[in-house]
Amino acid sequence: MRVALFVTCLADAMFPDVGKATVTLLERLGHEVVFPEAQTCCGQMHVNTGYQRQALKLVEHHMRTFEPYDAIVAPSGSCVGSVRHQHAAVAERAGKGQLAARAGEVAARTYELSEFLVDVLGVTDVGAHYPHRVTYHPTCHSLRMLRVGDRPLRLLRAVRGIDLVELPDAEQCCGFGGTFALKNADTSAAMLADKLRNVLSTSADAVCAGDSSCLMHMGGGLSRLSVDTKPVHLAQILAAT
Amino acid sequence: MSSTFLGMPVVAPRGVGQLRGDESFPKAARTALANEQLRRNLGHATRTIRAKRAAVVGEVPDWEELRLAGEALKASTMARLPELLTQLEERVTERGGTVHWARDANEANRIVADLVKKAGADEVVKVKSMATQEIGLNEALAAEGIAAWETDLAELIVQLGHDKPSHILVPAIHRNRTEIRDIFLREMPSVPADLTDEPRQLAMAAREHLRRKFLSAKVAVSGANFAVAETGTLAVVESEGNGRMCLTLPRTLITVMGIEKVVPAWTDLEVFLQLLPRSSTGERMNPYTSLWTGVTPGDGPQEFHLVLLDNGRTAVLADEAGRSALHCIRCSACLNVCPVYERTGGHAYGSVYPGPIGAVLSPQLTGVQDNASLPYASSLCGACFDACPVRIDIPSMLVHLRARRVEEKKGPSPEAISMAAMSWVMSGPRRFRGGERLLGLGRLVSRRTRLLRGWTASRDLPRPPAQTFRDWWRNRT
Repeated sequence: MRVALFVTCLADAMFPDVGKATVTLLERLGHEVVFPEAQTCCGQMHVNTGYQRQALKLVEHHMRTFEPYDAIVAPSGSCVGSVRHQHAAVAERAGKGQLAARAGEVAARTYELSEFLVDVLGVTDVGAHYPHRVTYHPTCHSLRMLRVGDRPLRLLRAVRGIDLVELPDAEQCCGFGGTFALKNADTSAAMLADKLRNVLSTSADAVCAGDSSCLMHMGGGLSRLSVDTKPVHLAQILAAT
Repeated sequence: MSSTFLGMPVVAPRGVGQLRGDESFPKAARTALANEQLRRNLGHATRTIRAKRAAVVGEVPDWEELRLAGEALKASTMARLPELLTQLEERVTERGGTVHWARDANEANRIVADLVKKAGADEVVKVKSMATQEIGLNEALAAEGIAAWETDLAELIVQLGHDKPSHILVPAIHRNRTEIRDIFLREMPSVPADLTDEPRQLAMAAREHLRRKFLSAKVAVSGANFAVAETGTLAVVESEGNGRMCLTLPRTLITVMGIEKVVPAWTDLEVFLQLLPRSSTGERMNPYTSLWTGVTPGDGPQEFHLVLLDNGRTAVLADEAGRSALHCIRCSACLNVCPVYERTGGHAYGSVYPGPIGAVLSPQLTGVQDNASLPYASSLCGACFDACPVRIDIPSMLVHLRARRVEEKKGPSPEAISMAAMSWVMSGPRRFRGGERLLGLGRLVSRRTRLLRGWTASRDLPRPPAQTFRDWWRNRT
C-alpha cells in the first residue's frame, strides 16, 4: 500500500526520530511511504488560539498537499484530530462550503498511526523488540477526539521483551494544551507535576505516548527533574527491533 | 443565523451580580495554586465525587441513549423557547401564581425586593439557587434592609464565612471540616463552645440554627431546576430537605428562574431526573424532589411569584455555535472531571459559574471581552464533554469563543502579529523550511529574553535536532 506520511510540523522540526521511526515501521510491514514535501502545519495552534482566519490558509495548503493521496498517516492523535474535527469547521466559518467538503474527504483518508496499523492494515504484532519498562500515557486527543481506545496498548502488548506497567490516573491530561501551557503556565505546570509523579511511581524507563507535543511537555518536566525516565513515541517502540 | 436577525441582544449588565471576576483567570489561578490546603481539599473532594459518579453511571445500560435524549429535548426546547415560556406563564397564572419578566439582574432584583416589602417582611429564607447568586440578589436585598438567609448547608457555610461559592453543587468544596467548625463557632451565637468537627455535630448545629429561620420567615426565595410548560409545574431538586422547608412553610414563595430552565412536557422530567442525580451527586435517585403548581388553598405558600430571568441568555441563544451552553442542567459533572478546575478551584473563574461550563457560559452572558481569559482556561482535554449528561460539546465551544475573542477585539496585539507571521511562514513550504533552520536561534533568543518564561519556569525546552525530518528524507532518496 502507498502511504503518504503527514509527519506533523513538530516532529519534522524538533523530533525527526519520530518521523524516521514511522517510515521504518511502515516499510518493514511492506508498504511504500511517500513524503509530500510541500507539507507544513495543520493549523491547530492557530485554531485553538482563536486565529481561524490565519488557520484557513494552512487548511487550504494542507488540502492541496494531501488531496492526491489515498491513505495519509500521522504519528499524532492531536494533528489528526485537528484534520478530522477542525478543518471542515474552519472552512465553514469562513463561508467556504466547497473547501469544507474537500476537507471532509481528506479527513476521511487521514489516520493516526495506531488506527492505521490496527484498523486498516489489521496488524497488532508489528514484530518489534523493546526490552524496557514502559508506561503508556493516552493523549487526550487520541483518547477523546479520535477514540483510539486500546489500540496503542494492543500494539504495545505484542512487543517482545517489553515490561508494560499501568500508569495511575492515566486518562488525566498532562497539562500541555498548546498555547495553554504558556497562557496558563502555572495551572499547566501543576497538572504536569501530578502527571510526572504518577509516571515516576511506575519506575518506568520510558513514558510512551502517541503525540510528540505531550511527550515534549512531559520530557521538558522530566529533564528539569533530572530523572532517567525518557519520553518515547509509540512509533519509536514499534519500530525498534 | 437567520436573515431576519436584527442585532445582538443585550448581555448581562456590569456592576451587579457575579458573572465577572476582578482579575484574569491566570492571575487568580496563581493565587489559588499557591494554597496547598485548597488543593488538597479539592483533590480529595473531586476524586470522591468522580468515583461515585462513574459507578452509578456505569450501571445504567442505556446511559448514552439517555444523554442523547437529554440533548435532543434541550435543543428542541431552545428552538421554541418564546412559545414555551408563554405557555408556562399561562399555566402558572391559571393556577393562581403571578409571572414577572426580568430583562436583567437589576430588574429581577427590583421585582424581588418590591415583592418582599409588599409581603411586609424584612427577611427571607433561601433555597440554594444559582440564578440568585448570578444576579447578586442577597446584596441587592441587603441594600433595601432585607436580610437573606441561605438554608442549604454548604451555602450557609459560605455565607457565614463571608466567602464566595466555588462549586455549582458543593459551594463550600474548598472548606474542610475544621474550617467549617471554626466558622460555626465564630458566627452562630447558639453553638456550644465544645463543638467538634464531627460531621453529625456540625449538621446538628446548622439544623438548630436553621429551624428558627424556617419557622419565623414569611417569605422564601428559590431557584428552579425545571419548569414544565404544559402544566405550569416548578421543580427543585435538593439533598437536605432544607429546600422543602422553604418551599412549604413561608406564606409567600418567590422563584427566580433562568428562561432556559423550561421543559415542554411533564414526561420530559423522566429523562432529566435520571440524568441529574447520577451526574451530580452520584446518586441513583435524588433525595428531595419538590414539585409545585401555582397555589393550593390551605396548603403551602398562599402567594407564588415566578420571576423569569434573561440577563444575557437571549444573547447566548443568538449564537448558533454557543447556544447549547443553555442546555446545562447544573450537575457539575464537568467541574469534577476537569483537570484545571481540580487544581485551581472555582474562585479563579471569577463568575458564580466555574469550571468548563462556566468558561463557556459566563463569557457569553457578559460578552466575550468581559471574560476574555475564560475560554482559554482549558487544555481542551475533552473530559468535560464525555461527562456532560446533555452532551454539551464544551471543547468545540471554547475554540469557537476563542475565535470570537480574536474577531471582536479591536487593534493589533503582539499575539495577533506573531500568529499572522507564523501563518505566512507555514503556508509556504520553502518559507517553512527556512523557518525550521532558525529554531536553534529562536531557542537561544527565548532563553536570553525570557520570551517563553511561562514554559521554562518548570520545564526545559527541547534542543533542536541537527537535521530536520525533511532534510533527512531528501538525503535518503
